[in-house]
Amino acid sequence: MKYYDKLIFELSRPGRKGYELPATDFGHDAFAEMPATLMREKDADLPEVSELDVVRHYTNLSNKNFGVDTGFYPLGSCTMKYNPKINEELAALPAFTQIHPLQDEKSIQGALELYWNLQHALSNIAGLYEFTLNPYAGAHGELTGLMVMRQYHIANGDLKRTKVIVPDSAHGTNPASAMVAGLQVVEVKSKPNGSIDVEDLKPLLDDTVAGIMMTNPNTLGMFETEIMEIAKLVHEAGGLLYYDGANLNPLLGKVRPGDMGFDIMHINLHKTFSTPHGGGGPGSGPVGVVEKLAKFLPNPRVKKNSDGSFTITTDEDSLGSISTFLGNFGVMMKAYAYILTLGKENLKNVGPMATLNANYIKESLKDDYLLPIEGVCKHEFVFDGLKDKSTGVTTLNVAKRLLDYGFHAPTIYFPLLFHESMMIEPTETEALETLDEFIEVMHKVAAEAKENPDLVKDAPVTTLVRKLDETGAAKNPILTYRHLVSEDNK
Amino acid sequence: MSKILENLRYADSHEWVKLEDGIATVGITDYAQHALGSIVYVDMPEEGDEVTAGEEFGAVESVKAASDLISPVSGTVIEINTALEDSPELVNEDAYGNWIMKVEVSDPAEVEKLLDAEGYAKICEE
Repeated sequence: MKYYDKLIFELSRPGRKGYELPATDFGHDAFAEMPATLMREKDADLPEVSELDVVRHYTNLSNKNFGVDTGFYPLGSCTMKYNPKINEELAALPAFTQIHPLQDEKSIQGALELYWNLQHALSNIAGLYEFTLNPYAGAHGELTGLMVMRQYHIANGDLKRTKVIVPDSAHGTNPASAMVAGLQVVEVKSKPNGSIDVEDLKPLLDDTVAGIMMTNPNTLGMFETEIMEIAKLVHEAGGLLYYDGANLNPLLGKVRPGDMGFDIMHINLHKTFSTPHGGGGPGSGPVGVVEKLAKFLPNPRVKKNSDGSFTITTDEDSLGSISTFLGNFGVMMKAYAYILTLGKENLKNVGPMATLNANYIKESLKDDYLLPIEGVCKHEFVFDGLKDKSTGVTTLNVAKRLLDYGFHAPTIYFPLLFHESMMIEPTETEALETLDEFIEVMHKVAAEAKENPDLVKDAPVTTLVRKLDETGAAKNPILTYRHLVSEDNK
Repeated sequence: MSKILENLRYADSHEWVKLEDGIATVGITDYAQHALGSIVYVDMPEEGDEVTAGEEFGAVESVKAASDLISPVSGTVIEINTALEDSPELVNEDAYGNWIMKVEVSDPAEVEKLLDAEGYAKICEE
């Protein structure tokens, strides 16, 4: 592939353009009516290019991408499943794309019905009373959920409940969201098998606890078998249970967070429900709650009237608004399309297939890679680097070498419980042949690490960009186009 | 194998201490720099700051992770290693030669409670 690294600004030529605006239909000059204080003094420095320039530029850039449409993407904790094209087709229907949030609600009944139907589909899947679809992504969902938690304690006059218990194996967003929500983070230790240590949890449960954040299966891909006991203890102490939905995929249609005792959860539509993920998504992080918390959910909401019509409402007890209007509507349409395409029966196959695929890779590779926790995992698992540590080949080296073989790297150096973590999640959408090919390459890299460790340490060698100077990038970042140009001119 | 020096005391959070005439020199261990990988930034306290044993006094950032620095002693910071401001990679080159802060300790007995080389070696093996 020819190397392409131009910026759109470099293609710019004065006066070149790919459009022509018609004369105004309204018969007056809007610029003349604009107050001088609102006018720019200089023209915006925008690239001036033709349509062909734009198409070639972005096509060339997109060819440098690696996505789930290009190849296998076993990024743990991210559920990089295939995004079915029917989702895109339905989300592109003009009846949905050409509406505006400020339109009269009588004229957008279909959109509101879709929002309402998706809320209720998620409620059924999660075993929770009510959902808001407004949060923009996972961490935003976490923040919203924790704001609900805080609002609940405030409404009870229980102001001393400010502590949120988070396991040491948690996704980094959990403690971060708790801090942003104005709560304090208390860490609970995990046992050697990765699950929460109930004995370590007990002394933390006093009358200052607002709740606990968990993901089940946990970040090691292991199901928290003591969840019912944990839920009982936390509830008895007056706290709430928050479920981080990042790991919902293996449970889909089989186990419901609501039935495990969780009071609040978020769902990543861009993980579990097959909407595009990464590169800004955009995502969507619906939040579901039990009945007693429903009134605290953010505004605005969609309600169904007795005559079957839908209306947008606000609730006085709500924690307020956390998004403009009703969130990322396009993403909701794709998730809804996915749920209807699979249907109730097929949704139940997602979890078991994701689990089978993960276990197949884990068992096939554990002779070459160090498996710190034995046993059946759920949708993902963690290796602690190569089994043979004598070669000096690290998890980072293996990850880079995988790129040479056309695979995306797994998640590395997370969770923090091990030094050389390598977190692999194949998802249910990969065929046996792809899994076998990945396994073969992983064996090959392990063999290379023994026979020719420098080959692996110098990887990648076949990619457009070789090994990046991460230290240099962190210490001397070049953040602006202008800086880049002046560096060139030196 | 990571280096562990005999004449230093250690915290289980991977800081080392050398106490001389009531002044504690504090840095991170060779094991810690190795685990972190290439260090790109050391967030240090300021001279005159009060530090407390067991509490955070700064952070080390590497290409892999950012980790809090936990003070092994209590007292007043009298000097920081300004060389690390521009060259944080010195910690990777020699973690024991390139200390992070010097503290006038308020309770020298705290140092006695820290691990010796043998005790720290055990932690690193776990």
